[in-house]
Amino acid sequence: MEIPRHWRINPQRYELIGEECPHCKIKIFPPRDVCPNCGGEAKEEYTFSGRGEVYSFTTLYDGPAGFEEMTPYTVALVKLEEGPVVTAQLTDLGSTGVEIGMPVEMVTRRIRSDGDERGMLIYGYKFRPVGFTTAK
Amino acid sequence: MAAPEKSPLLLIPDRQVGFIGYGAYVPRYRLPGSAVSHIWRFGESGSPVKEKAVAGLDEDVITMSIEAARNALARAGIPARELRAVWVGSESHPYAVKPSGTVVAEALGASSSISAGDWQFACKAGTEAIVAAMGLVGSGMGRYALAIGMDTAQGKPGDALEYTAGSGGAAYIVGPADEALAVIEAAYSFVSDTPDFWRRQEQKYPEHGQRFTGDPAYFKHIQAAAETLLRETRTTPADYRYAVFHQPNPKFPQRAGKALGFNDEQIKDGLLVPVIGNTYAGAALIGLTAVLDIAQPGDRVLVTSFGSGAGSDAFALRVTDAILERRGKARSTADYITRRTEIDYGTYVRFRGKLAMR
Amino acid sequence: MSEVVIAGIGQFPVGEHWKISLRSLAARAILPAIRDAGSLKPQALYVGNFLGPMASHQSNLGTLLAQNAGLDGIESFTVEAAGASGAGAFRMGYLAVASGYVDVVLVVGVEKYTDMVGPQLEAYTTTAMDYDYEVMAGLTPAAQAGLLMQRYLHEYDAPRAAFGAFPLLAHANGAHNPNAMFRKAITPETYAKAGMATPPLNQFDISPHADGAAAVILTRSSLLPRAGIEQAVRITGSSVVIDRLAPHDRPAPLAFEAAALSVEGACRQAGILPADVDFFELSDVYSIYAALSLEAAGCAPRGEAWKMAQEGVFGLKGTLPISTMGGFKARGNPLGAAGVYQIVEAVQQLRGQAGENQISGARRALVQSLGGPASTAVTHVLERCP
Repeated sequence: MEIPRHWRINPQRYELIGEECPHCKIKIFPPRDVCPNCGGEAKEEYTFSGRGEVYSFTTLYDGPAGFEEMTPYTVALVKLEEGPVVTAQLTDLGSTGVEIGMPVEMVTRRIRSDGDERGMLIYGYKFRPVGFTTAK
Repeated sequence: MAAPEKSPLLLIPDRQVGFIGYGAYVPRYRLPGSAVSHIWRFGESGSPVKEKAVAGLDEDVITMSIEAARNALARAGIPARELRAVWVGSESHPYAVKPSGTVVAEALGASSSISAGDWQFACKAGTEAIVAAMGLVGSGMGRYALAIGMDTAQGKPGDALEYTAGSGGAAYIVGPADEALAVIEAAYSFVSDTPDFWRRQEQKYPEHGQRFTGDPAYFKHIQAAAETLLRETRTTPADYRYAVFHQPNPKFPQRAGKALGFNDEQIKDGLLVPVIGNTYAGAALIGLTAVLDIAQPGDRVLVTSFGSGAGSDAFALRVTDAILERRGKARSTADYITRRTEIDYGTYVRFRGKLAMR
Repeated sequence: MSEVVIAGIGQFPVGEHWKISLRSLAARAILPAIRDAGSLKPQALYVGNFLGPMASHQSNLGTLLAQNAGLDGIESFTVEAAGASGAGAFRMGYLAVASGYVDVVLVVGVEKYTDMVGPQLEAYTTTAMDYDYEVMAGLTPAAQAGLLMQRYLHEYDAPRAAFGAFPLLAHANGAHNPNAMFRKAITPETYAKAGMATPPLNQFDISPHADGAAAVILTRSSLLPRAGIEQAVRITGSSVVIDRLAPHDRPAPLAFEAAALSVEGACRQAGILPADVDFFELSDVYSIYAALSLEAAGCAPRGEAWKMAQEGVFGLKGTLPISTMGGFKARGNPLGAAGVYQIVEAVQQLRGQAGENQISGARRALVQSLGGPASTAVTHVLERCP
């Protein structure tokens, strides 16, 4: 059971909370102890909008341990509108084909169990196509 | 209409409250009733619904609640930090022990100074949470409370319920009436010990009393709740533009509505069971989001849930001007219903965990 | 600084050695390497290994492997850098000898991949990625390569089928390497018909994980026994550079920046340009990595390595042969051992012992090992003694 390590990053997984560098103001995800841009210490929380676009993608037909029951699934590099790129699964694709540049939005989904069906459920960010909205 | 006089039966808080935000969620997959009939009846029997909504492999009551709640927050226009309660009503909480509410609260960015927890009263767990939220906000203990009714409904393979047991629900933020997009003028709850439907601890699928679920259970409680609310608020069906009832199938709410004096026009917009199935704790509440998506200021809405075991919560609502600028701030119920990918029975069996992997 | 030379090599065929244990596998490379080096006695053993603590539940390999090979009382420990573990151990050996503190070093790269079976094994290979932010998205090393290849096809408008040139040349070369896992050439049709793995990668774009062990003996040229001078190979450049672990943290994921910088560093030390080498043992762990490595090293313009591969530039008869003994694709990918195999194979070429795959007149080699998608890049320049 890996309870502590998953619990520790709930804010990142649930809400895409990263950092804004107090020195050079770039947005950072995931949080780091040192800003990758200016080398200053980055400690200010920043909540990302969850909007972005597909930078690249692939599909896994055989998953590693823990993901077997979710296969096949599509993993993407998603470029967030604030700059950083995250690795995440795409979900709710239905029959939607994936393309580089496709706009996506963050949703919170079940990632997997910690261990078998008795284990804690791990929730976190995935992304899905934005195409079905009429909301303004 | 004049504010209802203080009735000893009605639930009316000291400070008037209402919904300041609402949000629906329906997963994208649909299982046609014909697919169930094909497997279990050689296609010889019709289905009570066209199709039902099915949650994907990575969805459950927690994830669906999070999305509905995010929609509700977007419409309410308040930061999650201002919530004082996060309550999730469902009969398919992912954990037997461990609250859904805390996960939902953290995912929304709610503060830790809240009441969070899960409600269970079969299909009225969500409205039960709303009644509690009325108490919390109406008493002044908190300004905003989030109440959710959401289910990934269970039905035994081959059972009549398998045609209808669907996934979805809605979230409501209860707040002061002067900020509301729909004011709750009064509510009323009616319960009795009636064993029409249940699921024992550690059982995967519910049992139900078949025809016993009708007159002594659904109709008795819905009618008692709605009739009492109408009588005590001195209103008649004609005063309401819309009526929404718990909807285990299309027939029950239509018959209950007719018996109470409502016509099809009043019922049809909140009747989603033919296209998303029975979302259990979400059913009446997502019927209401569909109504709020189209209602006009001044419209009155009667909502009556039903939970087996058994009881009903009835609410008299009045839509305010705020509806006009707020409802467009998140996806509509119709957006979710139109987003649709049909699946076959095999995919459904896999998605809903009915495929034995070990 | 005294010149460091490779005085002996040993390798065991890559494959699925169900009956051979981790320690015994290592010994089967160590003992031939010691024999090959003549009378030299190693004072230190540096082990390159990736999965031992997980797949074999065995740590402290330095001690275990030395003891099993009869090397009691020496200095020994493990170097881990994922797929570059073997090359990292070699770098460690180079530094130790060059420093003057150790006269004779034994380096062994060993991977025992078949101590267990099942999806947990695949999961262990993911430990070289960012567990919290890549692995928990369900990513695997092959899928990571899929992400990079998809982006490459998009940016350079390259046809997917063109990448078949890399496995085709690897299998052609592997056919004549007795230590290769696959010793059979494949046809373009075989590649075209291969099942999709992690798109756009197909089954033939992915090198097979397998068991393996390879070893070398390092010493200073001044300490070489007279008989060994002729076959000694000099290490004239050595450089290790890291990148950010996950491609998502890199400004230009296709740049393989660590690979570029480490080639630059090793060549600068050797006083050469990459164009001055006779062949390049690179890490074709995935077809796309062969292309990205060539472009990072400056051996191909960005976005064009696949074109040059189709033109035959990288074949044994081309101007810059790569993967001359089959590379990762055909020799097999024994993970933490792979970096030492690459060195051993380069030495075979420089000694003129590469058999049918011999590049005539090979005098100088560039050898590069990657941990992950060039998260770690270890590059060496090897030269035949004059």
